[in-house]
Formats: sequence, C-alpha cells, structure tokens
Amino acid sequence: MPDKLHNQEESSLNLNSFLTLIKDKSNSFFIDVANVIEYLQTVLRNLFTKTFEFQEFLKQCYQIGNKSVGLISITGIIVGLVLTIQSRPALVEFGAVAMLPGMVAISIIREMGPVITALICAGKIGSSMGAELGSMRVTEQIDAMEVSNTNPINFLIIPRVLAATVMIPILTLYADAIGIFGSWLGINLKDNVSLDLFINQAFAQVEFIDVFPAVIKTFFFGAVIGLVGCYKGYNAGRGTESVGIAANSAVVTASLLLIIVDLIAVQITDLF
Amino acid sequence: MEKKANNVLIGINDLKKSFGDQKVLDGINLELHDNENLVVLGKSGSGKSVLIKCIVSLLKHDEGSIKVGEYELTDINEEDLIEVRKKIGFLFQSAALYDSMTVRENLTFALSRLKEGFSEEEMNNKIVEALENVGMPDSIDKMPSELSGGMKKRIGLARTLVVNPDIILYDEPTTGLDPVTSHEISNLINDTKGKFKNSSIIITHDINCVKTVADRIAMIKDGKVYKVGSLEAFINDDDSYIQSFFK
Repeated sequence: MPDKLHNQEESSLNLNSFLTLIKDKSNSFFIDVANVIEYLQTVLRNLFTKTFEFQEFLKQCYQIGNKSVGLISITGIIVGLVLTIQSRPALVEFGAVAMLPGMVAISIIREMGPVITALICAGKIGSSMGAELGSMRVTEQIDAMEVSNTNPINFLIIPRVLAATVMIPILTLYADAIGIFGSWLGINLKDNVSLDLFINQAFAQVEFIDVFPAVIKTFFFGAVIGLVGCYKGYNAGRGTESVGIAANSAVVTASLLLIIVDLIAVQITDLF
Repeated sequence: MEKKANNVLIGINDLKKSFGDQKVLDGINLELHDNENLVVLGKSGSGKSVLIKCIVSLLKHDEGSIKVGEYELTDINEEDLIEVRKKIGFLFQSAALYDSMTVRENLTFALSRLKEGFSEEEMNNKIVEALENVGMPDSIDKMPSELSGGMKKRIGLARTLVVNPDIILYDEPTTGLDPVTSHEISNLINDTKGKFKNSSIIITHDINCVKTVADRIAMIKDGKVYKVGSLEAFINDDDSYIQSFFK
C-alpha cells in the first residue's frame, strides 16, 4: 500500500514537472515570437522614417558580394557539372539528350541556383552578421554607438538587411550563369558542343515564368538572411559564448526559414 | 549645460531598477557636483554600471528620477536625449572601440555624430588634439586590434574627450590593466579634469585608483547608497564593510 502511494506521488510529481516544463517552453516561445515581431516592427518603422546610412549600405553590399563570390563560383560550376553528368544517362536512354541543356538550365534557374546560393549565403553571410553584431554587443560597441547618438538599428541592421536583399538576387543570377557554364563543361566531357549552340538550346526552353518567380523569391531569401543574422547578433547575450551561439543560431534558423520560404514560393508559382 | 545654483550637474532621486525579480537599484539618491570626481564604489553586481547606464538612458530606470542639467530623463523625448548625450562622455569598461574602424575613424564617428558644423580640417585638428591629450598621437591610423588594453582605454578616453563633454562617466577604467598602466589611467583622469574642468563619475573597485582620483566617494550596498563622503572619511570609518574595501 505505501509503495502504491509512493508511486502515485511520484507520477503526479512527474506530471507536474512535465506541465511546468511545457508551460516554461511555451512561455519562452511566445516571448521569442513577441521579440521577433517587435524587432520586425522596429526595422520596418526605421526603414521608412529614419536617415539612411548609404555609405554603410554600399560597404555591406561590397562585403556580401566579395565574401561570397568565390564560394558561389566554385559551387555553381560544380552544381552545373554534376547535374549534367547525373542527368545525361537517363536522357540518353530515352533518346532525349538534346533536351539536356534546356533541362539543366531550367533546374538551375528555377531552383538550384536560388536555393544553393541562398544556403551558401546563409552560412557565409548570416553567420558573419550574427558573429559580428554579437561581438559588438558583448564588447559594448553597440552601447557606445547609442551613446554617440547613432541608432544601431539604422546604422547596423538596416544597411545589412537591405544589402543582403539586393545582393542575393545578383549573386543568384551570377550563380545561374556559372552553373549553366558548368553544365556546358559537363556536356563537353562526352560530346563536342559549342558554347553558342549550348546556350541557344538551353534558353530556347527557358521562359519568362521560369525566371521571374525565381528572381523574386531571391529578394525574400536575402531579406530572411539579413533579418535573421542581424536579429541573432543584435540580441546576443553578454558573455563571449553568446557570439558563437548567435552565429550558429543565425545559420540554422536562416537555412530552415529559406526552405520554408522556398516551399511557399513554389506553391504560389504553381498557381500561375 | 546650464548649471544649477547649487552646482549640481546630475541629480538622482530614489532611483530603482530591477531585472525580473532581481532588484539591482533600490532607491539610489546621489548628486554629481560641478568640477568634481565622484567615485562610486561597491562589490561586483551591486549595480554600479547599471547606475551610469541609466544616466545615459542605455537602460531605462523603473522608478525615481534622474536629472541631467535641466533635463529630466524619465520619459525624455528623443531630441532632448540627444542634447543630454552631447553633454555626457562615456568610457566603457572594454573601451568599446569599433573593431572595423581605425583610431581616426573611431574618433571621427563620435565627433561627426555628436557635433555638427566642423570642416574636415577642423575635425582632423580636434582628433589629433584629443589623441595628444591622451598621449597617443602616433596611433591615429592603427586598428583597435593592434592596441594593448591600456592603449585602448586611452583611445576610448580620446573618443570621449574629442566631443568636449561636461560630464564623463568612467565604467571601471582600470579593470584588467597592470598596476603601472592603471596608475597612468588614474593620472589621466585627473589631468582631464584639470585641463577640461569637467565632472566625472568613476565606477571602480580599484582602491589605488580611488585614492588617486576621488574628490568624493559614494558606496553602494544592497541597491542603496551606503555612505557618501570624502576619501579621508572613508579611510577613517570603522565600519567593517567599508574597511573591507580599504584594507
């Protein structure tokens, strides 16, 4: 009997601690959501009403482009090459090898180029923004900025978010071009096709509806990378370990959100 | 800044600040007078840094009032806060130099955003003068990563001095420095006061720094002002808590 009572007490204790855990987790989740909404509101409000730091915007555009262009070149060429090499046997089997340039171009323009560029930039730029702003927070540079009558949202966040929003589409178009070039190299491993002929064949099948939605969604990808990277860094804790956490969390959250945004974009594109 | 009849530059009245359930400041009353170095002493975590961050509105206080010159900081509007911040310089514990900028750019940033109407040549002259005042004119084109802790503090002070503030808030200016450099920084605080006739609040628990710079000392304990007085009054006090700092 006492054993049974003890077991009942223990299970009620477990249930209570489980419910407390759920309550704490959901409280923390809703606080996070409220913080994100407040952050977005502040960014949007300052975007339209405050002085624009144009020099800082240009500097960030250069940083983003300069930091990512090498990695995107290598990745783009490999993606084009691999996609071509992998797809060729199947198309040869159906006697449709002439479709290869068009198929690869459409894949790259519609999906591979934007998503791979965005994921690379989430890793490269998102983590860099998270770490840089996190480190500025830890070493009180953001406070120093505020004391110098400079709104950190205007000086640090808005230029970075806008630079990412502008540069990701440009980097994506560059990655598309490099990927298509990689595909031409892939085809030339087995066949002998001139670049002119390859481009004619590739773009004969690409339509406006392939390019336009893909470009539009990259603006959203850029905004997501900038907003998440800056949010994580700007709201980093005070200890040095917060910098690592901010950088890591920026990459993970941005990558996940990019996939979700892509899914939504694909669903919307399918409506037309 | 318009000085009040009794020469009080900053008046803090019943100031309260909590973080969640933790009361950090629990009714602080303090005044900073014209041309004085007021040292705020207290154990780590006693709320000293929170106090000076409230004075520049980096943190919002929960209750009480802070008056800087004619400006009351409770519910202060943005324009008035800009005026308050033009009058107060802040030397951060870590110096807080902007990593991505050279020393010159660090000083230019502060000067261009706090003071208007300077030509490029005037700005350059002011920057050189501020660096000469802290004995660092050769570091003008260096990056913060090339500077030692003591040099960073000096440049941080130059960045504060370049805008010629009436009040300087020092957050643990000698923390993390060797005794020789700490002594140099303490002397620099005195030199600054002598040369620019400004007033300062110095947060520290470095007793050698206290002995060098203090005109008046305020000790904080349990979120309240425990004692205010001169250095002699503190040294001669028999209170065991006070003596634990001065032994």
